[in-house]
Amino acid sequence: MSKAIIKVENLSKRYRLGLKEKKAKTLVGQLGNIVKAPWDNYQRLRRMSHFGVDDESVFWALKEVNFEVKEGEVLGIIGKNGAGKSTLLKILSQITQPTSGRITLHGRVASLLEVGTGFHPELSGRENIYMNGTILGMTRREIDRKLDEIIDFSGVEKFIDTPVKFYSSGMKVRLGFSVAAHLEPEILIIDEVLAVGDSEFQQKCLGKMEDVSKNQGRTVLFVSHNMAAVQNLCPKSMILNHGQLGGLGATEDIVRKYLERNAPVNQMSISDMEMKAEGSKAIWLEHISVSSKINEVFPAVCKEDLFLILDLGLKENKSFKGARVDIRIDNKLNQRLIWCSTSAEDDFSIKAGRLIFKIPECPLSPDDYLLTVFIHDGKDVASWYPNLMSFRVQDVKYYDNGLIIPKGQTNFIYPYEIISE
Amino acid sequence: MSNNFTRWVLGSFMGLTGRSYAKSSWGIKENRVQTKVIEPSKGWKLVDFRELWRYRDLLYFLTLRGIKARYAQSILGVAWAIIQPLFASVVFTVVFGKLAKVDSDGMPYILFSYLALWPWNYFSSTLTESANSLIANSAMITKVYFPRMVLPLASIFSKLLDFLIAFLVVLGLLIYFGLMPGFGVLFLPVFILQLLLCSLGMGMILSAMAVQYRDVKHAMTFLVQLLMYAAPVVYSTNAVPENYQSFYILNPMVGVIEGFRAAFLDRPIPWAWIWPGSLVAILLFLFGMMYFRKMERVFADVA
Repeated sequence: MSKAIIKVENLSKRYRLGLKEKKAKTLVGQLGNIVKAPWDNYQRLRRMSHFGVDDESVFWALKEVNFEVKEGEVLGIIGKNGAGKSTLLKILSQITQPTSGRITLHGRVASLLEVGTGFHPELSGRENIYMNGTILGMTRREIDRKLDEIIDFSGVEKFIDTPVKFYSSGMKVRLGFSVAAHLEPEILIIDEVLAVGDSEFQQKCLGKMEDVSKNQGRTVLFVSHNMAAVQNLCPKSMILNHGQLGGLGATEDIVRKYLERNAPVNQMSISDMEMKAEGSKAIWLEHISVSSKINEVFPAVCKEDLFLILDLGLKENKSFKGARVDIRIDNKLNQRLIWCSTSAEDDFSIKAGRLIFKIPECPLSPDDYLLTVFIHDGKDVASWYPNLMSFRVQDVKYYDNGLIIPKGQTNFIYPYEIISE
Repeated sequence: MSNNFTRWVLGSFMGLTGRSYAKSSWGIKENRVQTKVIEPSKGWKLVDFRELWRYRDLLYFLTLRGIKARYAQSILGVAWAIIQPLFASVVFTVVFGKLAKVDSDGMPYILFSYLALWPWNYFSSTLTESANSLIANSAMITKVYFPRMVLPLASIFSKLLDFLIAFLVVLGLLIYFGLMPGFGVLFLPVFILQLLLCSLGMGMILSAMAVQYRDVKHAMTFLVQLLMYAAPVVYSTNAVPENYQSFYILNPMVGVIEGFRAAFLDRPIPWAWIWPGSLVAILLFLFGMMYFRKMERVFADVA
């Protein structure tokens, strides 16, 4: 069990970025460019695969990455867009070559960077199972043996002899995934394929993946943006930052690291935005942030405490009896969800400086939300900032079984018990 | 056993490239416990026949997919495989045979032109189709690993069905004109092999080039037409001036077409016109395969 099944040493991969084209200023120059265009085009196309020494347009998608995966391990790979996750998977699955470094693999690799690769719209579902299966490296006999199981898992048996072009996109995904789910490689590489399909099917897929990794002892590499899915499936994870390994360890720690470094931080300085506010401006907002930590720049995370941190400015030499600050959280459709007001406290007196609202165990489901701030100086509206900023609540594992909260199903998640009698 | 044999055959041919078989393609070395090493590789590489063999089912289904998809939702279906060359040879018979009175070496012009169009149509359609095969399947190339060569191979193989069906017209014409093919017809497999080598070689080169340079796609239409007039499709090789002939017969399709005609019409096989083209076809095939292997490592990056 302790043998390294994947060993990656000094792996690097470079790509070329497109450069801005040079434009001639004169008409003659322009004409010259037209004549020269085929030559320039040739150079440009050639450079996609040939590299010089002193190139400004070279981009390292991966740089000197080293890691090992043990047999039977399930490793999550997280990182921002463009961090090199997909490039790593493409090299591991031999789709593209590394620029330098080496990978040693002990076992067959099947990669699922997409479901339903090679589906032809004119062929029936059954024919496409064979097509897709052989592309993924199965033999015809293997597919013959598993055909019933695959059709059964997909749940489209009624339409299995209908051309795939008449399928809904969800049906295509189901069929594609059920082919993939029946691969039997030693190493399985999966790239966010769970992002598609309805939630019921997603759960089915997650279950299948769990089965593959936990019960069958295969090695799985799983790339996802969905922290909850990674936390549920992968005991261990690695993080990629700008093509370099940012850490490898227990998923809990790595996810925390990711949130610290990479997740969008929700904060905003108002000084330049003051024009936006309506009112007398006797009291105003200087800075606002939404965070799960009180003294640190940190993203907002579902289920953890949520702090709405406001820095206020006050016109001096004035007393603001009865002043109050209201803050409201709306969802993206501007439906009002949460309203907090200092008027809930009788002896609140407004001061310049920091004002914090704490919402314990943030019940907002992972999504984007809008903030509105309203400040009243006791006589008049001081500053009103409608839809001041949007902020994102990050998803982390919420339910014990790793259930992903279906998008658009709820604004709030709240603890509940299931009692069956 | 057969594996060892291919390896031996390859080994002798490997001297050409100065690379050993063990250091095979993609920089991936394999042994019994299925250990793979992925490393950057450079230079010319040979075809990894073992791997191709392992993916034979994929080749089979891709070929099948090509055939089925081509005639899906069509009324006449595979009949098109006959209609296309037959119609073209009828037109040629009217234009070149009757109006321009091109000499057909005493053969009925329609047979003369059909026996050329039959292999020619196969050749030209495999060129167009294989040149397009990688671009059309770029989604597959960038998402899954498999030996990339199966794509152009499948498009070349799937055209074989059309080729076989188009043979029915030859039979019909022979019966209509009351002609009997002689023993020369036994050499037909040789000419077909030459046709295949030629198609494979050109198909590999064009498909590999087309991934990076889309100019190939635009050039195909007139390239195919140009090549047709460079082969004895509408005229006979005898019509080519003697002093150009030794150059002319380097075109491997000359040998294929003249071979087909001689085989079915019971004429002496013009070997002198055939063997130079056979050599060229073999070289074309070997170069095509190797060029493809050289280019394939950047396919996913440029497709």
